[in-house]
Amino acid sequence: MVHESLAATNAVVTLDVALPGIVWGWIITMNMWAKSIGTGVIFMLFYLLKKYPNEAGAYRLPVTVISIVFIHMFLFFTVIDLHQIFRFWHIFFHPHFTSAIAIGSFLATGFVGLLFLLAFAIFIKKDDELFDKVLLWTTVLAIPVTLYTAALMAQSTARELWQMPTESAQMILAATLSGSAVILLMDTFLNKLSDAAKRDMGIILAFSALSAFILYMAELVFGPMKAEEVAAVLAYVTNGGEYQAMFWIGQVTAFIVPFVLVTLSIVNNNQNILKLAALSAVAGLWVVKHVWLVIPQLLSMS
Amino acid sequence: MKLGFLVDLHLCMGCKGCEIACKVENEVPLSTWRLRVKYVDVGTFPETKRTFTPLRCNHCENAPCERICPVSALHYIENGIVNIDKERCIGCAGCIMACPYGAIYIDPETQTADKCTYCAHRIASSMMPACVVACPVEANIFGDIEDPTSNISKYIMQHNGDVQVRKPEKGTNPHHFYVGGGNVTLNPLASFRAEGHSLFNEMKHLPIGGHH
Repeated sequence: MVHESLAATNAVVTLDVALPGIVWGWIITMNMWAKSIGTGVIFMLFYLLKKYPNEAGAYRLPVTVISIVFIHMFLFFTVIDLHQIFRFWHIFFHPHFTSAIAIGSFLATGFVGLLFLLAFAIFIKKDDELFDKVLLWTTVLAIPVTLYTAALMAQSTARELWQMPTESAQMILAATLSGSAVILLMDTFLNKLSDAAKRDMGIILAFSALSAFILYMAELVFGPMKAEEVAAVLAYVTNGGEYQAMFWIGQVTAFIVPFVLVTLSIVNNNQNILKLAALSAVAGLWVVKHVWLVIPQLLSMS
Repeated sequence: MKLGFLVDLHLCMGCKGCEIACKVENEVPLSTWRLRVKYVDVGTFPETKRTFTPLRCNHCENAPCERICPVSALHYIENGIVNIDKERCIGCAGCIMACPYGAIYIDPETQTADKCTYCAHRIASSMMPACVVACPVEANIFGDIEDPTSNISKYIMQHNGDVQVRKPEKGTNPHHFYVGGGNVTLNPLASFRAEGHSLFNEMKHLPIGGHH
C-alpha cells in the first residue's frame, strides 16, 4: 500500500518479516450480524405491542425464541473466536472495566437473563402483563448491547476507519434494519400482522437502509479527506481494490434493493414485495458488515 | 521511574543482532517477532540508500492495548513497562486491533497475545534488555526517562529537535523514541510493501495465529 510515497522517494520495503493477516474474520462478522437480529427483533416487538397490541400479541413467543436463538449465535461466535476458548470465564472474574469487551460481556449476560425471563413469562406463566413489563427493560438493555460493539471498534485505536459516532449509528440502524426484516419474514408464516403494521415495518426497513447507505457513502467520499489511514483503507473498496465488488454487492443488496422494493410495495400496495426486501436486507447486511470489518486489517501498521 | 527506549537510526546498520538476541532470550516461536528490523530502500539507482528501522512495542503511556484488554492481561508495571500475563490472556485479539504499531501478535504455541516487554524479567534482575546488550554499535539506548541524568535523557537532550516517535497523532505517548528517523522509516504508508519475493525473502501476510 503506497499512500504517502513520492515517485522521487521511491521507497520500497526490501526486507521484512511476514505480518499477521486478517485477525477478526467471518466469525466476528457472524457475531455482529446475529446480534443485530437478536436485539433488532426486540425493538420491533416493543414498537408493535405499543402501536398494534391486539395483532402483535401473537408475536410475543416467536420473537422471544428468535431473539434467544440469535443472541446465542452471537455468544457462540464470540466465544469460538477466542484463541483460548476455555478461559472465557476470566472476563467475569478478572474484568477490566475500561474495555468495551468486558462491559459488553456483562450487558449481554444481563440481556440473555431478561430474554429467559420473557420466555418464562409467556411460555410458563402465560402472563402478558408480566411479559410487557419485562420487555420494557429488555428493550432498554438492547440499546447498549447493540452499541457496545461500536465502542469496541472505537477502542481499536489502530483502525482509523472505525469511528465511534458513525459506528454507533450503524449498529442501531443494522438492528432496526434486520429486526424489521426478520419480523416481515416471520409474518410469512404467522400471518397475523395487518397491512398497516407491515407497512410500518417496511417504512422502518426502508428508513434504516437509506440512513445506513448515506452514512457509508459519506464515509466513502469524505473520510479520505480527513485521515490518510482512512484513505489508504478505503482504497481497498475503490478504484479496483480487492474488496470493491464485495463492498458494492453489500451496499446494493442490504440498502438499495430493500429501499426500492419497499417504495414499490407502498406505491403498489403489494405486501409480497416486502418479503423480498426483507430477505435482501438480511443477506446484504452480512456482506456489508464483513467488508467494513476486514478492510482496515489489510493495512500494515508498521 | 519510567523506562524508555531510544534507537539512533544514524547508527543502526541492520545487522539484526537485536532480533536474534530477542528471539533467543524470550524463546519467541517461529513466524512471530517481538522485535524486527525493517529494511526500506529509498531512491533510484545510482542515487539510492538503504534504511534500517528496528520496530518493537512502544510501551505507550496511554496504551490502547491495555485499555481494550478485557481481563487486564496487558497491564502496566511500576516502571512504566506494558507487560503481559499470558496465563490470564483469553486470546480475544482486541489488543491486536488496538495497537497502532502492529507490535502484538498471537503466539502460535500458547495461543495468547505476546509482544516486547522490554525484557521485564531481565530488568527485574538489574540487567539490560537482550537487544541492548547485543547491539554492536550501541544504537539502542535504554533507561529512565524521568531521570535527567540517565543516558537516554541525556541523549534526548543532546539530539533535541531530531527525536521522534511513531504516529504521535494517535495520542498514545510512546516511551520509545527514534533519532534520525524520517517519514520513510517511521510511517508505514510512506513505502511500498509488495507481497512476494523481494531481494532477501518472501514478504507476505500470515493467517490467524501466525502459522505458516
